[in-house]
Amino acid sequence: MASPMEERKAPWLDPDAAPYIRIEGISKKFGDFVAVADVTLNIYRGEIFCLLGGSGCGKTTLLRMLAGFERPTTGKIFIDGVDMSDVPPYDRPVNMMFQSYALFPHMTVEQNVAFGLKQEGLPKAEIASRVAEMLSIVKLEQFAKRKPHQLSGGQRQRVALARALVKRPKLLLLDEPLAALDKKLREHTQFELVNIQERLGVTFIVVTHDQEEAMTLASRIGVMNQGRIVQVGTPHDIYEFPNTRFVAEFIGNVNMFEGVILEDEPDHVLIESRELGGNIYVGHGVSTAPEAIVWTAVRPEKMVLSRTEPEDKNNRATGIIKEIAYMGDLSIYLVQLDSGKIVRVTQPNIYRHAEDQFTWDERVWVHWHHTANVVVTE
Amino acid sequence: MAPTNPGYVSLGERLVLWMDQLWSTVLDSAPYRWSAGAMRRVGLHGRRLVIAVPWLWLLLFFLIPFVIVLKISFAETRWLGTPPYGPLFEWADAQLHIRVNLANYLYLIRDALYVKAFLSSLKVAAISTIFCLLIGYPMAYAIARTDPRWRNVLLLLVILPFWTSFLLRVYAWMGLLGNNGPINQLLMALGLISEPLAMLNTDFAMYIGIVYSYLPFMILPLYSNLEKHDLTLLEAAVDLGCKPFKAFLSITLPLSMPGVIAGSMLVFIPAVGEFVIPRLLGGTDSLMIGRVLWDEFFLNRNWPVASAVAVVLLIVLVIPIMIFQRYQMKETEAEERR
Repeated sequence: MASPMEERKAPWLDPDAAPYIRIEGISKKFGDFVAVADVTLNIYRGEIFCLLGGSGCGKTTLLRMLAGFERPTTGKIFIDGVDMSDVPPYDRPVNMMFQSYALFPHMTVEQNVAFGLKQEGLPKAEIASRVAEMLSIVKLEQFAKRKPHQLSGGQRQRVALARALVKRPKLLLLDEPLAALDKKLREHTQFELVNIQERLGVTFIVVTHDQEEAMTLASRIGVMNQGRIVQVGTPHDIYEFPNTRFVAEFIGNVNMFEGVILEDEPDHVLIESRELGGNIYVGHGVSTAPEAIVWTAVRPEKMVLSRTEPEDKNNRATGIIKEIAYMGDLSIYLVQLDSGKIVRVTQPNIYRHAEDQFTWDERVWVHWHHTANVVVTE
Repeated sequence: MAPTNPGYVSLGERLVLWMDQLWSTVLDSAPYRWSAGAMRRVGLHGRRLVIAVPWLWLLLFFLIPFVIVLKISFAETRWLGTPPYGPLFEWADAQLHIRVNLANYLYLIRDALYVKAFLSSLKVAAISTIFCLLIGYPMAYAIARTDPRWRNVLLLLVILPFWTSFLLRVYAWMGLLGNNGPINQLLMALGLISEPLAMLNTDFAMYIGIVYSYLPFMILPLYSNLEKHDLTLLEAAVDLGCKPFKAFLSITLPLSMPGVIAGSMLVFIPAVGEFVIPRLLGGTDSLMIGRVLWDEFFLNRNWPVASAVAVVLLIVLVIPIMIFQRYQMKETEAEERR
């Protein structure tokens, strides 16, 4: 799950690196409703930062405050060291790609892309050459004279991208950039977007509700819930080490077992879980009050099904297979444990046809290695 | 929207069900099938019958009167220009004689009065249209951008004057603009003027009357256009470095042109032929073709010349309508492709 970006550089790990965009204690209230609550974020030059969250989590409001369409109730935004508080949207070194693309219907592709440069009052020759260059980057040269309604959805998306990028902004905001595209085109566009971003070196902030989109695009993800950023990290961190039940359940699938701490040692923790019908062994310490209720999250692909009893007395349970979904590359099993809880287990289909495949109503052991689970306290 | 309680059927649903039943009963009934079959045999289908209604309307109330007027305009003016006239077609000695007398049209061209009246009507209509646009555009824009809860109320206020007679409203303006009217009295009470301003029976009063009367026809099409605008386009323009007013000029204004044209046509076309307002509010010297037409018809009792004036007026007005139609057709085509 590690993105190439992360392997090359991780400025957020370098304590000396200066953030390019600083969001300091930003809040936004609409009447009594708090859309964004005290968000502080540092974003580094050249990042693709994804704001991920469900509808109404405040991610779009945060984006609109970065663009300058909304004024923060409290807090400040700095872009490249400059306080943006009193800078109107038309003077910000920020451009936005709208979810609906918002292409000007009465202008050709060329005129749409040139619009932003004309506002700067650049000489005609320079505008023409920059528009042509941008259109070639998004591979739309032959559509320059068309109007937006004569283009397909994917082409419109590329016009919107070209129009926003041609101004060479310090920061590009993308509001659900792929939501309007169909699935096939989406995958293709995702990679194209990353390529263009790397080529131009512009910092991207992407708003999305689609975790898959966030995982493939982002250098880092900020998961938002009810106006707050609940976790910031690389896609790998967010998936493997969620810090709350919300993040664990929002990203991917997860089996969650409620339990009470029995032993709390610095090097391990033992949790008694009635939902599992046994004890859970965790290979690291958990800082919480004794006898507190905690949740253990285990990803379906990290669980194993077997007919023979596993050696480890912890992290296991028996159950009956209730549902099997064959997905081709893997199969999903829904197993009802003896405690009554239904867990989801996915197993890769390594062999084309295994004689002794698990089948419906079969009694099996479900277990996992003690490094596979994550304990969250809230 | 399906009711959760299967026993409960709302009034609306009951009505729809009832209409459905009635409709199928009618379609199955013997008289319907018999008459539908008979009509089909002579080439009348339901669809054609539906289209026939507006066609019939146009035939009865537009085409036939027009043909009558056209015929009268070709008649010879005798010492009194009222009917009866000589026939247009005559059959004699196995020859069809068509007597088209163009003297009335030539008279219109030769007498400077008519040309002047036409030109001044076009001028008055054009100026009125521009004022309607200048006043109506901001109003339509403001209504389209207010809270949706208030839009209908504001629109209602725009249409409200239609609930009283047009004539009454023009008479009201006579009262307002008169020498003893409230406007003059107020200005005198404030000491701004010592003598009443002569406003009534001037071009000023006439323009006020026309602009006031036709303003709703400008506002409504403009509103329906502006209301549909996607406001994110303006945000996009501002985001790309365009200041708000310039964004209005380069985005909103061009996109509202269909509304501007529709509203202008709706004001310009009736304003050219306007007769009542110039007569009641305008000066005696205001030369409008509608007024000339009236005088020709009722004072001079010269029906053929009056008819010729009417025909020319119609042709003058049909041209902008045709341009408008073509424009609209292009627009809808563009929208369909969208």
